[in-house]
Amino acid sequence: MSATSVLYDTPGVRAKRRNIIYTIVFLVVLALAAWWVLAVMAEKQQLASEKWSPFVTDAKVWTTYLLPGLGETLRAAALAIVIALPLGALLGIGRLSDHAWIRVPVGAVVEFFRAIPVLLMMVFAAQLYTQYTDVSSDLRPLYAVVTGLVLYNASVMAEIVRAGILSLPRGQTDAAKAIGMRKGQTMSYVLLPQAVTAMLPALVSQLVVIVKDTALGGAILGFSELLSQGRTITANYGANTIATFAVIALIYIALNFLLTTLAGWLEQRLRQGKKSTGAVLTADDVQQASAPGRTPDGGGA
Amino acid sequence: MFDFLDSGQYDLLGAFWVTVQLTLYSAVGSLIWGTLLAGMRVSPVPLMRAFGTAYVNLVRNTPLTLVLVACSLGLGLTLGITLGGQDFKAMGFRLAVLGLVAYTGTFVCESLRSGINTVPVGQAEAARALGLSFFQVLTLIVLPQAFRSVVAPLANVLIALTKNTTVASAISVAEASALMKTMLENETSALFAVFAVFAFGFIVLTLPTGLILGWVSKRVAVKR
Repeated sequence: MSATSVLYDTPGVRAKRRNIIYTIVFLVVLALAAWWVLAVMAEKQQLASEKWSPFVTDAKVWTTYLLPGLGETLRAAALAIVIALPLGALLGIGRLSDHAWIRVPVGAVVEFFRAIPVLLMMVFAAQLYTQYTDVSSDLRPLYAVVTGLVLYNASVMAEIVRAGILSLPRGQTDAAKAIGMRKGQTMSYVLLPQAVTAMLPALVSQLVVIVKDTALGGAILGFSELLSQGRTITANYGANTIATFAVIALIYIALNFLLTTLAGWLEQRLRQGKKSTGAVLTADDVQQASAPGRTPDGGGA
Repeated sequence: MFDFLDSGQYDLLGAFWVTVQLTLYSAVGSLIWGTLLAGMRVSPVPLMRAFGTAYVNLVRNTPLTLVLVACSLGLGLTLGITLGGQDFKAMGFRLAVLGLVAYTGTFVCESLRSGINTVPVGQAEAARALGLSFFQVLTLIVLPQAFRSVVAPLANVLIALTKNTTVASAISVAEASALMKTMLENETSALFAVFAVFAFGFIVLTLPTGLILGWVSKRVAVKR
């Protein structure tokens, strides 16, 4: 915040008065907006207490719909990251290979899967499983979601791993060479262990993107995750659309806020840690490390 | 293998045109909304700062799918906000743009804020020494320089936005991924060909964006 606070002086008497006026004007605008929203909601009977109370009084909403939905969301996210991580590590190391016949194809694969929307891969995987495998129809959405997420996130992980290895000081490689280590030994005993620590914050941030992307499966492939439970709840509790979306959004926000906080805490710990080389990699660093147009994971879905 | 392209049954270009339109409208909207949010987040008024921070943290942690579905079912069907859309199709498109702007604006805001941090302290100090107000410092001195340094991050946001428009198929906007789903279900013999065509379409949309804006970012970057 140091650079932004220089945009204005410590307020004096007049500036303080002006700030108070701005505060009041902004408050009025916010209040008007809130009043309009509430008025529209009241008009459509979305404020009625019986539409909101089930989430507090009726434990069944949570045990039958929300919590199992959250469980499915977490299951898909966990499966995706567990499979994508080793795959991404392989791709990332492959991209750093000295041999062009490994480096170039791996690079093409990574860039391809990062350039196309994750939704396209999920829909394609769903159709592929329907046509060519005998995965039961209730497991198919989960498989499709995880496949789509793995394909996309493995290529993002590859970039994270690559940036993590490149973020280490050159002296690490030099020292490893000096004591006579081979390339594979340098990678597996010196570079990779340190890179994994350095990239932990970026990995946790990517988990937020994965959690958010699982909702795609609910909306399009009929995967019974948290968001898709909303439809069942509104059907059973009297069209409480607004209330349901508000509660589901809050669950997602709480979960992702937790992950973001964890990433920030890890980053701070690593920066202060004395044992590491001090190399830390955040999601922003990964974006900046690759040339524009090469890291389109800025938004996630 | 690619006969489905000639059958005249699918409006491939039309679907991609909807994707392009979604991207363009949302890009302009989220650039404006993101700039406003960034202005709020660095403003001297504590309430505006608090609102900006709260909005960005809440919306960024919500899945885009939820934002769009809430726009369609919540705003559109339940509250009857149609944004002047005459029929179901126009309404869906406009609500999709609204949702994409609300979501992407937070990423524009965060990119821009990091760009504001790259402007040297002396620039703002010199501007204040000349007696410029906060609004003048921000719009005349800091933001122009900040924008020039965030072309590359904004390009990444734009590419992510292009890919995110596919989520609009969740609220039945007839864009590329919705057509792909239909085609995959019909053209069972050409599964891989259909996927290849659509993947190619998105690569055609995203790759030049990255290359052109990457070149622009080098051209306009402030040399320090």
